[in-house]
Amino acid sequence: MMNSVVETKGEVVTSPQQKHIPGELGIWVFVAGDLMVFAAFFVVIALGHNGEQAEIFAQSRATLDMWVGVLNTFLLLTGSWFVAKGVEKCRSIHSHAASRYFSAGILCGLLFVANKSFEWGGKIIVGINPMTNDFFMYYFVFTGIHLLHVFVGLGVLLLVRNASRRQTIGRNDIRTIESGATFWHLVDLLWIVLFALFYLL
Amino acid sequence: MTNSQLHPLLRDATTLAWFILVGATAIGWWLGVASHNAQNGILFTTVGILISAFLKVWIVGFQFMELKHAPRWLRHGFDAWVVVMCAALVILCIR
Repeated sequence: MMNSVVETKGEVVTSPQQKHIPGELGIWVFVAGDLMVFAAFFVVIALGHNGEQAEIFAQSRATLDMWVGVLNTFLLLTGSWFVAKGVEKCRSIHSHAASRYFSAGILCGLLFVANKSFEWGGKIIVGINPMTNDFFMYYFVFTGIHLLHVFVGLGVLLLVRNASRRQTIGRNDIRTIESGATFWHLVDLLWIVLFALFYLL
Repeated sequence: MTNSQLHPLLRDATTLAWFILVGATAIGWWLGVASHNAQNGILFTTVGILISAFLKVWIVGFQFMELKHAPRWLRHGFDAWVVVMCAALVILCIR
């Protein structure tokens, strides 16, 4: 196993070649908990897909605009790419270029929120809300909980961007940056499954 | 083809992952449209949609979340969640 370190203005930063837990252990405990909670959400949606209300689910699903979901998926994947590249830049050539990657990631997140708002607004204006049927109850509640994750993720990315702008990036800063990036990728990961279950099936 | 013959963008693992993720999204979209319009073959599209989604989930974990550099217990723990979740949803959706 390679065991290399990068010197960043006098401080030693662990390079990703070394086997290590990305970020803090605490963030992975949170990730594991969130994956379990969302696993239950996914199962609930799948049970509805083929349950007694299969017909209602199919009709309700047909009213969703698939391209809106595709656009939101594209925005989160691209946001994740920017954040992953930002983390790489923080480790290699520490410069303000890294913080620009995080800014671009934040922009992708904001566009996701805007697109989601238009989508929800379009549904509510024609009288579709969580009380319409079970499909839309799940749709609003679960994508709403996901949207909360996006808001938290945007706050986390602001902290990450601040850390990436420090004069010297030490081990603790890298850990903060990795932990924040891990949370942002979790937001992306959960959306990928929600998108498949609500829009594509 | 050797690594050096690849386009510079594809030599970068993070960018290559993004291309695969976007490609898998396009395939999922196509399967979704086919699923909504088709009377037959829904089994195929349902399984395809779920497998392509969890392939994307795994790539996000492996490359973007840097699990490829993580200790084995963490990496395999995530792999297990992906496989179990995908299998459970496929079974529930095609039963």
